[in-house]
Amino acid sequence: MTTAIKENLDVYLQSFRELERRGKVPEWLARIRTEAIERFLDLGFPTPRDEEWKYTNVASIARTPFEPAPAVPAERAAERIATHALAQLDCPRLVFVNGKPVPELSSLGGLEAGVKVMSLEKAVASGTEPVEQYLARTADPATHPFVALNTAFLQDGAWVEIPKRTALSKPIYLLYVTLPGSKPTVTYPRNVVLIGRESQATLIEGYLSLGDSAYLTNAVTEIIVEENSVLEYVKLQSESPAAFHVATVKMQQARNASAHATTVTLGARLAREETASVLDGEGGEATLNGLYVLTGEQHVDNHTTLDHAKAHCSSRELYKGILEGRSTGVFNGKIIVRPDAQKTDSKQSNKNLLLSEDATINTKPQLEIYADDVKCTHGATVGQIDAEALFYLRSRGISQREARNLLTVAFANDVLDKIKYAYLRERLKASVLERLATQP
Amino acid sequence: MPTPVNNVEELATREYKYGFVTEVEQETVPPGLNEDVIRLISAKKHEPEWLLEWRLKAYRHWLTMTEPKWANIKYGPIDYQAIRYYAAPKSAAGPKSLDEVDPEILRTYEKLGIPLREREALAGVAVDAVFDSVSVGTTFKEKLKELGIIFCSFSEAVQEHPELVRKWLGSVVPYTDNFFATLNSAVFSDGSFAYVPKGVRCPMELSTYFRINAKETGQFERTLIVAEEGAYVSYLEGCTAPMRDENQLHAAVVELVALDNATVKYSTVQNWYPGDKHGKGGIYNFVTKRGKCLGVNSKISWTQVETGSAITWKYPSCILQGDNSVGEFYSVAVVNNYQQADTGTKMIHLGKNTRSTIVSKGISAGRGQNSYRGAVRVLKNAANARNYSQCDSLLIGDKCGAHTFPYLEVKNSTAQIEHEASTSKIGEDQIFYCRQRGLSTEDAIGMIVNGFCKQVFRELPMEFAVEAQKLLGVSLEGSVG
Repeated sequence: MTTAIKENLDVYLQSFRELERRGKVPEWLARIRTEAIERFLDLGFPTPRDEEWKYTNVASIARTPFEPAPAVPAERAAERIATHALAQLDCPRLVFVNGKPVPELSSLGGLEAGVKVMSLEKAVASGTEPVEQYLARTADPATHPFVALNTAFLQDGAWVEIPKRTALSKPIYLLYVTLPGSKPTVTYPRNVVLIGRESQATLIEGYLSLGDSAYLTNAVTEIIVEENSVLEYVKLQSESPAAFHVATVKMQQARNASAHATTVTLGARLAREETASVLDGEGGEATLNGLYVLTGEQHVDNHTTLDHAKAHCSSRELYKGILEGRSTGVFNGKIIVRPDAQKTDSKQSNKNLLLSEDATINTKPQLEIYADDVKCTHGATVGQIDAEALFYLRSRGISQREARNLLTVAFANDVLDKIKYAYLRERLKASVLERLATQP
Repeated sequence: MPTPVNNVEELATREYKYGFVTEVEQETVPPGLNEDVIRLISAKKHEPEWLLEWRLKAYRHWLTMTEPKWANIKYGPIDYQAIRYYAAPKSAAGPKSLDEVDPEILRTYEKLGIPLREREALAGVAVDAVFDSVSVGTTFKEKLKELGIIFCSFSEAVQEHPELVRKWLGSVVPYTDNFFATLNSAVFSDGSFAYVPKGVRCPMELSTYFRINAKETGQFERTLIVAEEGAYVSYLEGCTAPMRDENQLHAAVVELVALDNATVKYSTVQNWYPGDKHGKGGIYNFVTKRGKCLGVNSKISWTQVETGSAITWKYPSCILQGDNSVGEFYSVAVVNNYQQADTGTKMIHLGKNTRSTIVSKGISAGRGQNSYRGAVRVLKNAANARNYSQCDSLLIGDKCGAHTFPYLEVKNSTAQIEHEASTSKIGEDQIFYCRQRGLSTEDAIGMIVNGFCKQVFRELPMEFAVEAQKLLGVSLEGSVG
């Protein structure tokens, strides 16, 4: 029984050979990449027969011959980025266009002493940064075909290092902009984030598009949160309606570390958002929140894992979906409680609002518990806007459409209100509202 | 609980209460499976040509299939050629009344606590007892006959009501359904058949006690229950099995059909040999159970208490095809020692205004692994579908596991689906509270566990509910630390 698509893999092997010829990288990185391409060729693209990919068919990605995205002159992107609501945040930022950092668009002033935000390629080339120690350690290419693919073609992305006992006053914004060409292109952003002990940081990772043709973003972000640190992480994905987006965010939390992640998905024709956290020290706290607002033919698959490896940790998860048009939403939330993880307290919830006849939702909350002294719950709901609430608003003179939007936004705000960075929170609320307002 | 126990160890090492083998002369076919064996089974049972053809079709299809591996259970490979596919007690050649039944068999039933005659007289339950593969006694048949209700063994139904069997056999679980159901279709030996005609409310609970007995005999029952328009039937199934070292395969198929305004209620208490405390032996229970709400306003309700078997792989499901039809699933699954259970349900909403309820209670103790795997599927045309699912797990001891794999697939925006699950252990403070009031730890746990399962037990017929509660106590003995 074959559960992989392997017909187009030669294209990737060729691109890999070319990449090998072109770039000079340290030996350790070359080895990681070679192992990853071998692994990828071995795994192939998954099919729905693979339980992890049951509801998401990536055949359209597998059959499209994506080419590496060409570099784009900064000025071509600058003007259009300036008009994008989600591109303008009042914080230090590192902007990438087609996978390459663009210093002209980035501004890294005002960072606290010792904080490093730089291109990953530079960090590797400098030889002074401890990249080797952290790269490809948290996100394992061995089991995941897209992580393997990203690792094989790993070139650039962000290297963020927050030294110990440092609290950032402003978030760090990593913005990936794609300017698609006439042919389908692909970028492989890779981010490695290291939050030193007793530090506090907010990190925003954004994906935007300046065109409407097809492209693939295959991103991997590895985040290490050291002892007693606090991280707020927000991912916002607003790719073009023709885009493919496959992203993996892996967090590794040490003792008493707290990580709060929010994934907001508005774009892409087909998106797979994998967010995982390993609670690898006692007293850790993890929150995985998500909001997906889908319309048209969009298909978004949110895959989350909360891996309780040590005792006395708690986790919370809230994912909400608003589905319109012929869109399909998938939620798969896995909570694993390892044999040693006693006194685990974990709560997971997935709520979905179906606003059209043709929308589909497949949700699969999952608990795997191997310890006994735990409190774990999960819940999932699928429903519509409450007719009585709608009637209440209508009876007070609010139009049907306005009432509907009001209730839908209230539904979404449950997730958005938990984002602590106010500036971004308000922008996101506006984006969601705008999105709903344009619906028929 | 029958005897006072001093410590946990003692409790844990208690032997399986129902472990014994009855020495009855058996008529068997040699181990192994091929077309000749199927022809032989069919010939021995004097089956019509079409049924043999159906069996052979299933067998040929089975050859193309592979054993499913997706369930969250682990077991050694099964050698399908080492199993004896047919065993009939020799003396069972057409008993007319209970007096003709082998006394040894009757004694077995008595040991199990099912005195047929007593039941006949006191409980008013018609028992169609299956001893290995051939039905040996059927009671109350006459009384049911007056109402036009057919309740007999499957082989008898094939002889006497071939048109009904032919019409409904495989209509819910086709012979191509899954590996084990296909195997069953090829080699099924016997089982129960119930048919309730239009507008008839079956006045008593129909009941069958299954019992696996002959060594190395996989038992492949086939049960078919059809409720015609406006009919009502409640069916009970209960099982115990003798002690055995080799793992025994059990692959049953149950099909339920409910037509317009009909109700079928199916209750199971399963207590097959779970293997010893080291995980040796025990029954492999791979069962396909499915009901089809074919008519409008029909209802199918499954209630199960699963305490036995080394491995349970069982998903009683409802296909809600008729408009306004209702599906229910209430389950208590207990695993102790090395038992593994992967059980749950599927609710497939096809018709409009269909409703389903799932209440699943899993209890894991010892080194048991308990998985709930359920699917709620709302298809495009199933407007106003409603589902409520609740699955709770209780963990006793730190070496067991509880897992939930619910799948919710909704393709209609008017659906209302709710799923809730929780996992917890019995709180120290709860036990302390009971201990303070003079209850032993054992009794306290028993009480808490029974409270945890109450929602399901409530759905069982009276006499079954009592048995189930006792069974739960026995199954969990020794699990309390």
